[in-house]
Amino acid sequence: MAELKVTAIREGTVIDHIPAGKGLKVIEILRLNRPNGGVLLLASNVHSGKLGRKDIVKIEGKFLSEEEVNKIALIAPTATVNIVRDYMVAEKFKVGIPDEITGILRCANPNCVSNHEYTVSKFYVVSREPLKVRCHYCERTMEEEEILGNL
Amino acid sequence: MDWKGRDVISVRDFSKEDIEFVLKVAERLEDELKNGPLDYAKGKILATLFFEPSTRTRLSFESAMHRLGGSVIGFSSASSTSVKKGESLADTIKTVEQYSDVIVIRHLMEGAARLAAEVAEIPVINAGDGSNQHPTQTLLDLYTIKRAFGRIDGLTIGLLGDLKYGRTVHSLAEALAFYDVELYLISPELLRMPKHIVEELREKIRIHETTDLEGTIPELDVLYVTRIQRERFPDEQEYLKVKGSYQVNCAVLKRAKESLRIMHPLPRVDEIHPEVDRTEHALYFRQVFSGVPVRMALLGLTLGVL
Ligand SMILES: [Zn+2]
Repeated sequence: MAELKVTAIREGTVIDHIPAGKGLKVIEILRLNRPNGGVLLLASNVHSGKLGRKDIVKIEGKFLSEEEVNKIALIAPTATVNIVRDYMVAEKFKVGIPDEITGILRCANPNCVSNHEYTVSKFYVVSREPLKVRCHYCERTMEEEEILGNL
Repeated sequence: MDWKGRDVISVRDFSKEDIEFVLKVAERLEDELKNGPLDYAKGKILATLFFEPSTRTRLSFESAMHRLGGSVIGFSSASSTSVKKGESLADTIKTVEQYSDVIVIRHLMEGAARLAAEVAEIPVINAGDGSNQHPTQTLLDLYTIKRAFGRIDGLTIGLLGDLKYGRTVHSLAEALAFYDVELYLISPELLRMPKHIVEELREKIRIHETTDLEGTIPELDVLYVTRIQRERFPDEQEYLKVKGSYQVNCAVLKRAKESLRIMHPLPRVDEIHPEVDRTEHALYFRQVFSGVPVRMALLGLTLGVL
């Protein structure tokens, strides 16, 4: 039913089951709101059997990299990714938070060496629920709010 | 565990077996030293890279390397190096490792030692990275307790002072949780040990949080005193509220067990009265001495010469 509210796309990606209100954040961290991209659709506060309310993001002509999928997992752990080809769902999977998060997150500690020297940032997931990660370098932990602010 | 080439960066990287092994080797070296100088590290060079000055720690490492028969090069402040010219830490490390066999690094940024270890082919020992880790301090604290009591298991230990910002007490508490000890965390309300550390400790050992030193002291075998460090406080007002909260003096010690031993990572300001120095309770200078055999053990093991 919810799907009917949004135009179907021919080729691209549908990110479904995003917690309500996080859809814009997904668009922001994937930098989809830049000009010259394909059609971008956001459905917010859609009724969902599983979540009560959810957001859906449809992106025409784009397929996500593993790094982008991991980023989504950090802010929308319930999300599912549908790859659409020729108006059909060709592939469908749930996002998952990996044990190690490499390269996509900045450390919130201003005195962390990773913010001053050339490094690839690396974090270990300490807990998924609630989300908590530990910096490989400074060993400080970051919780959800800080993580979202540093993606 | 093969220690040759291993880095010593964080207490988190250690198992209880690792700790026990280092303590045992340190004990052996301390005994061997009584018969004269050693030559295990003859021909080996230690580079001490102190981007931030810390004379005591540097001297302790240098003494340890000399007592092992090796030699030392290094610098003791970043202003005297090419870092001032904007050289990256990675480049400094890659250069210095051409001159040496093991590196000891002290840096003001958290995680600097981890980065250095990733870049260097030779072993790197962390001598303090900002407010993060100082693993050799924790090992020498454990060694001091073990030498004084012959054991760590079964002891009741009080940690006193700044438990909020004190890096030393955080890692010491985490390492003590490997043992069968009872911990009293004694601090002003404002300087309580961070909740996440307390929760972690509570899963492993018996913990009591209190503000009352005098009431607690009769229970203790070890009292580990820390300085309340002005520079750690984000807010001067907060510092003024807790400054001088506790002073360990002979009057307070009247209630203590005769066998109570007092430790302090030094330097102290006024948290232990000098009159305590002459009592049997004072263990803090012996604690300074412990740094040498412990650092000898770490240098020798990572160099692969022990
Ligand atoms: Zn960090």
